[in-house]
Amino acid sequence: MAERKVELKVFRYKQGQTPHYDTYNVTVDENTTVLVALQDVRRDQDTSLILRHSCHHASCGTCGMRINGQEQLACVVKVLELGTPTVVVEPLQNAPLISDLVVDMAPFYDRYNTPEMPYIRASEFWPKTDLPDGIAQYTRYENCLECGLCVSACPVAGTDSEYLGPAAMAAAARVVAEPRDSDPEFALNWVDNEHGCWRCHVAYECTEVCPSDVNPGEAIMSLRGALTRRKFRRVFGLGK
Amino acid sequence: MSHFHVVIIGGGGTGGALAHDLTLRGLKVTLVERGEVTSGTTGRHHGLLHSGARYAVKDKESAIECIEENTILRRIAPGTFEENDGLFVAVTDEDVAYSHSFIEGCGDCGIPAQRLTKEEALRLEPNLSEKTIMAVRIPDATMDAMRMPLRFFATAKKNGASVKPYTEVREILRQGNTVTGVKVVDHTSEKSYEIGADLVVNAAGPWCGKIADMVGVEVPIRPSPGVMVAVRGRWCNMVINRLNTSSDGDIVVPQRGLSVIGTSSWVVDDPDKLGLPSDHIQAMYDHGALMLPAIKDAPMRAAWSAARPLIGPRKADADTGRELSRTFKCFDHIDEGVEGFVTITGGKATTLRGMAEAAANVVCQKLGVDEPCRTRDVVLLPYTAYYA
Repeated sequence: MAERKVELKVFRYKQGQTPHYDTYNVTVDENTTVLVALQDVRRDQDTSLILRHSCHHASCGTCGMRINGQEQLACVVKVLELGTPTVVVEPLQNAPLISDLVVDMAPFYDRYNTPEMPYIRASEFWPKTDLPDGIAQYTRYENCLECGLCVSACPVAGTDSEYLGPAAMAAAARVVAEPRDSDPEFALNWVDNEHGCWRCHVAYECTEVCPSDVNPGEAIMSLRGALTRRKFRRVFGLGK
Repeated sequence: MSHFHVVIIGGGGTGGALAHDLTLRGLKVTLVERGEVTSGTTGRHHGLLHSGARYAVKDKESAIECIEENTILRRIAPGTFEENDGLFVAVTDEDVAYSHSFIEGCGDCGIPAQRLTKEEALRLEPNLSEKTIMAVRIPDATMDAMRMPLRFFATAKKNGASVKPYTEVREILRQGNTVTGVKVVDHTSEKSYEIGADLVVNAAGPWCGKIADMVGVEVPIRPSPGVMVAVRGRWCNMVINRLNTSSDGDIVVPQRGLSVIGTSSWVVDDPDKLGLPSDHIQAMYDHGALMLPAIKDAPMRAAWSAARPLIGPRKADADTGRELSRTFKCFDHIDEGVEGFVTITGGKATTLRGMAEAAANVVCQKLGVDEPCRTRDVVLLPYTAYYA
């Protein structure tokens, strides 16, 4: 296994102190992810470096950060595949900074929770299979990892602090697509304002950075479509 | 409300569930974790809510713990699991021969087990190998390894527990032979301070040997890592297990649009130095594809290692860790002459609540608190409440 030395230039901030960058030399091989490299720094060079991480396979969404300026999950980015002798690592934007690479996810979840988006949905895989006795429907988790990459990359979220943001609106679009126990009208009303789906600039940065095929950009467009159809139905007296 | 204050070291599933249990019993609780909560072993397993069937032949104590906790967790954490059940699949004659002791073992442990023909199994899971001979259905489920335990943290916080991530223990404070608290550093500011405690619980999982070293007591812990591989594509809806004794790559757990194959097993001294052996990654593909052939060509999303906290003699001769039980134990270190210090370790993600109950019973008995455990019945808050 070929080992190589790479520089990590990491954003550092401790409460009450001035932000700065620290540079660490790390030895990596072709399997080493940015997450593992940062953990190695923490273990061998600097125990004060903090970051969020949990599942290590792009399922929990905690290790979102900006790597060479691009929002990514550190657990699935291999250091050598970046191809730069120095790798710059910075925290997500559009979220309050706590320290180093750690941001506060509370505002993200405040928004995300509003229309009570379901987390478990019907599995769309092989609907025609037999089902085990006593199981009415195969279920699965929603695709969204709640990682916040889309909110960090969104140009509107950077200028409008009340903007609902791509993750929350993608979840609202899921409620409209598959209401289950939620009310799709509630979700539509929630996004139908100047801080909701009409505020989007259609930059599609959210879709670009999403690590889990959620496609928030298309989801926001689908909400606009659903609201427009609802408006026409109301104008022509076709019910709600 | 009791005035006793308990400090828990370790923000994994065990620590979170213990904070919840002790808070319900009226104790004041502070939990410290050096990183983000669930950043050690807890968040990194393949996301299986065990039926216990995996252990029903050779480790019945563990199997019974699993099926009991499986049932309780579905009740107290509704909406947390992909409740699609699991299959143990036979692809060789040897697997079929094993099915008899397997089904008998499940029966002994109270795990519902239903024998299925090849045709029945393939109708439930069309991607199963054509070499499938028969299968056994058992009540496995899939969990989100971070969000399930987060519900315990969320509920504990709401009930008054103080949860302090990025807070690393630097020293265990003592007066004579009695532990009196911890000295920590808050890594968000690099400020150090002391937290006084009537009792300190070491719930650091595979790191609990390192914490015990700070006190000078012995915990028989073997950090035993395994490699897991997540591939793109959801190749099954049920949890697919190999119907044979525990071995490399004997399970595929669907999760969202991924399938997670696990796992290998070896032992290390330092849970911070696991490595990621390339041959183990290949082994996951090879063995997983015996049950679900499509896995062979599925692109890899991630490969990683996680350390199980197995109970076994520390620093003994190298072995694979497979022979060690998956059960848990609570150690009161008064047996070594140290008062006010308890370790809870071993176990599995599925048994986190049971581990917490066992540890909380020891804690309450030591402090003279006469309150029953209520965690079997209290429904947990949603995981999102953790961030509120």
